[in-house]
Amino acid sequence: MNQYQILSTIKLGIKSLMLHKLRSILTMLGIIFGVCSVIAMLAIGEGAAFEAQEGIKSLGSNNIIIRSVKPPEDNNNQNTSGRSFAVRYGLTFADSSRILDTIPGVKRVLPERIIRENARFGRTIVPVQVVGTYPFYPEIARAEVVAGRFLTVPDDRFKQNVCVVTTGLANQLFPYQDPLKHAIKVGENYYRVVGVIRERNTAEQRPQSGKMEGEPIDNNVYIPLSTATSRFGETIVRRTSGSFEAETVELHRITVQMEDDEAVLTANNQIRRMLSARHEKIDYEVIVPLELLLQAKKTQAIFNAVLGSIAAISLIVGGIGIMNIMLATVTERTREIGVRRALGAKKKDITVQFLVETVVLAIGGGLIGVLVGITIPFFVTYFADMKTIVTVWSVLVAFGISAIVGILFGIYPANAAADLDPIDALRHE
Amino acid sequence: MTVTSKRPIIDIRGICKTYILGEENIVHALRGVDLAIEEGSYVAIMGPSGSGKSTMLNILGCLDRPTEGQYFLGGDDVARMEDDILSNVRGKRIGFIFQSYNLIPQLTVIENIQVPLIYQGCDLKEYTDRAVDLANMVGLGERLDHRPNQLSGGQQQRVAIARSLINDPLMILADEPTGNLDSKTGLEVLDLIDKLNADGKTIVLVTHDPKVGDRAQRVIHMKDGRIDRDIRNR
Repeated sequence: MNQYQILSTIKLGIKSLMLHKLRSILTMLGIIFGVCSVIAMLAIGEGAAFEAQEGIKSLGSNNIIIRSVKPPEDNNNQNTSGRSFAVRYGLTFADSSRILDTIPGVKRVLPERIIRENARFGRTIVPVQVVGTYPFYPEIARAEVVAGRFLTVPDDRFKQNVCVVTTGLANQLFPYQDPLKHAIKVGENYYRVVGVIRERNTAEQRPQSGKMEGEPIDNNVYIPLSTATSRFGETIVRRTSGSFEAETVELHRITVQMEDDEAVLTANNQIRRMLSARHEKIDYEVIVPLELLLQAKKTQAIFNAVLGSIAAISLIVGGIGIMNIMLATVTERTREIGVRRALGAKKKDITVQFLVETVVLAIGGGLIGVLVGITIPFFVTYFADMKTIVTVWSVLVAFGISAIVGILFGIYPANAAADLDPIDALRHE
Repeated sequence: MTVTSKRPIIDIRGICKTYILGEENIVHALRGVDLAIEEGSYVAIMGPSGSGKSTMLNILGCLDRPTEGQYFLGGDDVARMEDDILSNVRGKRIGFIFQSYNLIPQLTVIENIQVPLIYQGCDLKEYTDRAVDLANMVGLGERLDHRPNQLSGGQQQRVAIARSLINDPLMILADEPTGNLDSKTGLEVLDLIDKLNADGKTIVLVTHDPKVGDRAQRVIHMKDGRIDRDIRNR
């Protein structure tokens, strides 16, 4: 077998396939569908995983978030006894400073109070989430200051009545005015607007084990933590249709920023142990974005394996289709095989000839499948508004498998052709 | 071996071919055939069906191997050769002409003429001139890009003759070359074969038509797996 033979064999294979165009295309369909479904499915899966992971990452992969959660059984006890006026639960400033002092690898701790109130400017009233926070909030949440400034250390020290609003809220309250020139009323007090920030996204509420508490993050009013404590007090009374509910919560959320990802995983257990020692009830929830991220990646791996096996099955089905057609072709071209043998073709030459045809079918189908498979995700993104990512490796794997399938399923028909007796083949009608 | 003016190109000694079809069903297709064919001769093999004519053709064409005996083709004993080597011998030393032309349908005239070259590992470009010359010789120089289904039977057979010559074989083996042709085109094809012989090619022609056989210098009649008569016309 030299280069001329290989070249002319490939040319001949393509010519033979072109002789039956419809049949060749139908045969390729199996491989085309297989390959394009692999690529499209993986692209959609990859896109979904990417979005989920981005959402988790926006919480900060080196952050640990601890939230106060109302313990449900405790709630019942208090109602029946009726002794206590307000339910007391949740995180405390003591927890916050304890974490900062004892857990190794902690960079910063951000304690926050989150209160639901109505914000009012002129005649506009918008339900908002008042967040009492520290000046370094934007660095931890990676929020962007769009106008003015964020809260400062003096604001906090002197319990200033200043606030920073999110872009969404600014648009609702001040549709035609500069927010920085006005003050809004939240609760009983007025707060001067000193800045506008844009939150990275609204994904924060996603990992709350199914609960969607509070207003969307884009309706936030940020005030200094000290101001929040003194203006709103520790006990919050919620009036609902005749009765009222009161709860005393020192801190609603503590965000612990760690030095690096590695510190997150070790600190995770330490914080949980520490908190369980300090709290009688489980009135808190620890969210580790990094852990969620790892879990999401694990889920993605399982997802990929499932897709991979579906794809493998469809490619095998495609391969069987090719083998079926090639066996029919061999029968149909028995006489041609006989003639070629008489004219000096060795068994090996015949094997190669038919193998080349199968491989051309499989690779041709693979190429078309790749093209279609790359196009489909664009339509999915355009029409279904889903993020899709076509990865290079999925294209390579799909194409590689199609080529391997072509060779594997081509071997049997090609050998069947080569093993024909030349005399019988020549006599074949 | 007697010294003759022309050395034998084919030398068959005591060839037998036995087919075992079942335990009780053993067919002796050839029962000891001796035959020598000199270079440049024109030999017709004739005989009724079942005479061993086809088996003889298969063995002469190296498509089959004899059960017993020796077959020297151009000096080499091909009777015991392996399949791959035999393929090579067919490709290099024998030019086949079949009753039903047996051109390859997906190839053009010129490509069909070049098919034997593929299996010799030749660069087809180097042999384009030769293929065109042969096409001209058989009178199809104008139809190089036609496919077999665009040609008449006589034209197809002439392409097959050109194909049989491309490797400059030791002998041309023709199996009923006029069997599928009407008498006029049949005569044209036979004239072409005569011309090849006149140019020095060794021709072995298998036929059952006495008129075709009469054109040969030597007619070998077969019967029951043996040579019955060996007649030299000229």
